[in-house]
Amino acid sequence: MKFVEKEKFVWEVPKEGDMLVPARVYADETIANHLKAELTGEWSALRQLVNVASLPGIQKAAIAMSDVHPGYGFPIGGVAAFDVDDGVITMAGIGFDVNCGVRTIRTPLKKEDVEKKKEELAQKLFEHIPAGLGSTGKLKLDENQIDEVLIKGSEYVIEQGYGLPEDLEYTEEKGRIKGADPSNVSHKAKKRQYKQVGTLGSGNHYLEVQYVEEVFDEKAAKVYGLEEGQVVVSLHCGSRALGHQVGTDYLQVLEEASKKYGIPVKERELVSAPFQSPEGQKYFSAVNAAINCAFANRQVLNHLARESFNDVFGLAHEEMPLLYDIAHNTCKLEEHEGKKLIVHRKGSTRAFGPGRKEIPKAYRSIGQPVLIGGTMGTHSYILHGTEFGMKEAFGSACHGAGRRMSRAKAKREWWGESIQKKLLSQGIVVKGHSRAGLAEEAPGAYKDVDRVVNIMHDVGLARKVVKLKPMVCIKG
Amino acid sequence: MDYEFFEHKADQGIRGFGNTMEEAFENGAIALFEIMCDTSKVEPKKRVAIHVSAASLETLFVEWLNALLAESDVEGMLFSRFKVEIKKEGDKYTLTGSAAGEELDGDKHYVKTEAKAATYSGLKSGEKDGKKFFQCVIDV
Repeated sequence: MKFVEKEKFVWEVPKEGDMLVPARVYADETIANHLKAELTGEWSALRQLVNVASLPGIQKAAIAMSDVHPGYGFPIGGVAAFDVDDGVITMAGIGFDVNCGVRTIRTPLKKEDVEKKKEELAQKLFEHIPAGLGSTGKLKLDENQIDEVLIKGSEYVIEQGYGLPEDLEYTEEKGRIKGADPSNVSHKAKKRQYKQVGTLGSGNHYLEVQYVEEVFDEKAAKVYGLEEGQVVVSLHCGSRALGHQVGTDYLQVLEEASKKYGIPVKERELVSAPFQSPEGQKYFSAVNAAINCAFANRQVLNHLARESFNDVFGLAHEEMPLLYDIAHNTCKLEEHEGKKLIVHRKGSTRAFGPGRKEIPKAYRSIGQPVLIGGTMGTHSYILHGTEFGMKEAFGSACHGAGRRMSRAKAKREWWGESIQKKLLSQGIVVKGHSRAGLAEEAPGAYKDVDRVVNIMHDVGLARKVVKLKPMVCIKG
Repeated sequence: MDYEFFEHKADQGIRGFGNTMEEAFENGAIALFEIMCDTSKVEPKKRVAIHVSAASLETLFVEWLNALLAESDVEGMLFSRFKVEIKKEGDKYTLTGSAAGEELDGDKHYVKTEAKAATYSGLKSGEKDGKKFFQCVIDV
């Protein structure tokens, strides 16, 4: 397989064999070499990307961002857009955690204000935010109420008192994506979610209190209401058990559909259905329902974070406006260059540039905020979408640091308590529900987020606005 | 214990061994719950029935594990003892089994990481050192 650097940080496998389009990766030489080396092993992100490039109806290129690593039949950090009439919807391009995403909330506090009460705040958040295996949310719902969540997303929980009406404007799809049909979500999926709305989960999900350490773009920072030293709250999680069950249920459905419609399955999880087929449409409506479930979930957590800050700092909820909520595991109907496409982003953030009607009016002059989560103890970033990114990558960017080490290896090399101590010495208070979980998420288990983000910035898919440094981290 | 973990970049592979495929399924289930907790601390106080079917034995393994994850969420339980019977009915395999455990208690069970789903990734069956095995990657 040829894998060549076409321009700085732009690598491609040219179209060959079954490929309908080239496979493109935004990477530096280290990442590219790693991808090449992986080709000989059992798990290869590049091979997965090449497989995606052969799916019917794919447009332009199968794309992977700088945080690329192997996923389930479709690389994490991957983007693939298909023609709505001739293309497919693939389960592998969405995954088991539908609408996993990041939400960032502004505060009027400065770093110094939080520094004084850091331990108290960490404890408050740790007690107030349901997290970790088996945790249950404050909302206990029945099937009818879950259906409301699936149709109305954030809107429903705001009606129940979990948030401010203006939060909707600052959530992707205004917190309620169209086309959700709860009747295509199994009873089992709904039942698993009864007690899980408003829970953080575990693994790489987190809630962090961060401050703006560096401003790269004063103008854009001003538009986003950010300045140096300002404190924000970011949280990373998804659709919880409901999304996992939707994935599980439709894995079988799409496996059958791949056979029925004669779509070659090049890796077992890379199952798909023609988008316009009954199976494809059913799955799409279930995904939309799970997308709404995740918006509602993050909305409730947002409310709980505001309550904690109210307790510790006496801040009114209105003093903590939502900056943005953005998904990074989705497939969505979007228009690009006049064409209707079904765009899959698996571990990739939508990064729409200036002028797009989908983004909040207040941000339309510079493009949407692109929230890039780091890992425990490392930086996070806020970038803005660009015109160039719209043309090059369907308005997409990376989503995080990207793993470079397996969980088992991370656990062998680190232990939860020592990580907590090490991060505390750097001024970061970490509270976790599981020591093993902390070890698995050790910063060293991930690619360097600075490098991953700089590639996006230098290529121009998204531009750096601010860099955030964590002060408090709550893990499941 | 007759199970082992294998490495996958972002997630965790599990492999259950047994003299019979039923035993391999049961040990695979222990491996799954070992990702989530210390199963030796989970007492078999309550038993729930599981019934799944699939077109192949390998996909039946994934269905079995996913059914356990769903039960764990719905019942708020962790499981430590498993029983499996597998039959071929027509062109499908069916599994009738059960899982025993108790209500999740974070401190008592030394909870670790949540498992989102058993996947078709790394899904394989075979024989190793005279024992049958089934394996797959768990999305965590």
